[in-house]
Amino acid sequence: MPILEPLDYAFFRNGLVAATLAGALCGLLGVYIVLRGMSYIGHGLSHSVFGGAVVSYFIDWNFYIGAGLWGFLSAVLINATARGRRIGADAAIGIITTSSFAFGVALISRGRSFTRNFEAALFGNILGVTVTDLWVIGAVTAAVTAFVFFAYKQLLFLTFDPDVAPVYGVPAGWLDTGFALALAATIVASMQIVGVTLIAATIVIPPVTSRLLTDSFGRMLVWSAVLGAITGFMGMYLSYHLNVASGASIVLLGAAGFVAAYAYSSLRRRRMAGGAAGPAPRTATADLFD
Amino acid sequence: MGSLSDAPTPAVSISGLTCGYDVRPVLQDVTLSIAAGQFVGLVGPSGAGKTTLLRVLLGMVPRVSGAVHVLGTPVRHGPPAGIAYVPQLETVDWNFPVTVEEVVLMGRAMKTWPWPWPSQADRTHLHRILGRLGINNLARRHIRDLSGGQQQRVFLARALISEPRILLLDEPTSGVDVKTRDEVLHLLSDINGDGVTVVLTTHELNAVAAHLPQVVCINGGVVAHGDPDDVFTPDVLSRTYGADMQVVRQDGLLLVADIAPHRLRERLRHSHEHQHAATEPWHAHVHAHAVPAVTGSAPDGEP
Repeated sequence: MPILEPLDYAFFRNGLVAATLAGALCGLLGVYIVLRGMSYIGHGLSHSVFGGAVVSYFIDWNFYIGAGLWGFLSAVLINATARGRRIGADAAIGIITTSSFAFGVALISRGRSFTRNFEAALFGNILGVTVTDLWVIGAVTAAVTAFVFFAYKQLLFLTFDPDVAPVYGVPAGWLDTGFALALAATIVASMQIVGVTLIAATIVIPPVTSRLLTDSFGRMLVWSAVLGAITGFMGMYLSYHLNVASGASIVLLGAAGFVAAYAYSSLRRRRMAGGAAGPAPRTATADLFD
Repeated sequence: MGSLSDAPTPAVSISGLTCGYDVRPVLQDVTLSIAAGQFVGLVGPSGAGKTTLLRVLLGMVPRVSGAVHVLGTPVRHGPPAGIAYVPQLETVDWNFPVTVEEVVLMGRAMKTWPWPWPSQADRTHLHRILGRLGINNLARRHIRDLSGGQQQRVFLARALISEPRILLLDEPTSGVDVKTRDEVLHLLSDINGDGVTVVLTTHELNAVAAHLPQVVCINGGVVAHGDPDDVFTPDVLSRTYGADMQVVRQDGLLLVADIAPHRLRERLRHSHEHQHAATEPWHAHVHAHAVPAVTGSAPDGEP
């Protein structure tokens, strides 16, 4: 059976599990990121983490510890810079993460022999997923899911109304720090699968797609994680059969899903507008792209 | 519910407060006391510090000097217990994927940790509050699919579900029609009747502030505080708004009018007579507002 054929290879089985988990993880956290209007933080942080990965390579630290710590500090720094009213979140992301990336590039350019390893980091290398990597991404998925589960109400309030949530006792500082930690861990764990350059898409596409399909926060969260997992899983198969890089096939599949959801919600909107007299009701589609 | 005589501690007590966000202070040397159970309106031009004063009570504004007590407890960093806040509706992200009940239950976000779903107690409170505000049938609606009055009620419900002793509202009547405005004021008056201290900001002198039992005029500090009948004088209002104001009293009614629009009309009429090319709509506009002292709207102080 051609469907089962790639499962004969251990590297493919590892990659399949890793891509599914990473897709779900990025889809889950992506909901909060998209709704906060910080879609580019994934793109930025993954570049930042790249700097951390290079540094940990040079000083001979474990990749996960070095890159994770670096990513967490970058996320905290972005939050702190953006909270002072002078600099917007987008600018804070731009400054902190690109300089961190540049630092990594500078180090690499001094020792050219490492370039090949980092090409994998930039574009993703599903063939290189080891059992250790699987344990790491499994643990991160479990921890982040627990965080989102137990802080669900508080995170929802803080995302919807960051100014008012603290009035009702929501510990904004702790939750922001916890979220930065979860995001850094997610990016470090997913980086090898989709690659630094494409990770932003796996964080942004599933939540935006599920937003088109529902008006409820809880459902958006679940659908986004499920969509992320499905695109990760199917993207891996596509990658094998079409012989393209796994990161690219996962992202392109997600984009195709988005286009389908967009067409569906536009059609539904048109039908509703046609049924009722007067101006068309506003839908998520209209609001997202205004 | 304690009556006024049981609670000698003022709901809000501020002394010698100077505060602001950056270098320039927004409020200087503010001393103000609001008794428990009061219904107070903060009035003043834009940038006068009305919202800042509300945020001071929530412990969200850096202080340079002075002391703030809410319900007898000093406010330092972060909000004091027993206080609830309704933000301006304009600050709400109406495209955010939340339903009415999800928003209202946020008011109890810290009460039923750790499960993500609402508890039985949450549900009981939710239905009681929604029923009281007359929006029980809207629980599953998305917040965008509501009228202005319903939206205001949803955010009021979120504040009330936390069972506050002090309710702060930032411009609860701005951007809504006359009917909704009156409904909101009646609701707030009912809530106040239950013993909750209500403090709101408003820029509508005639429609809102003149009907409240107490007003505080603010312009970088407290200009005056008391019954609107006593406080709304040309002198106090001129100092508050930095513009000439007229006060008309007739049959127990109090009307405040800004003189500036009247002068503007004079000028327009003047230039009109000199420019024969004037268009019809302008004509209609000028004559429709021929009685400025009574129909003139309250100034909102926009520069």
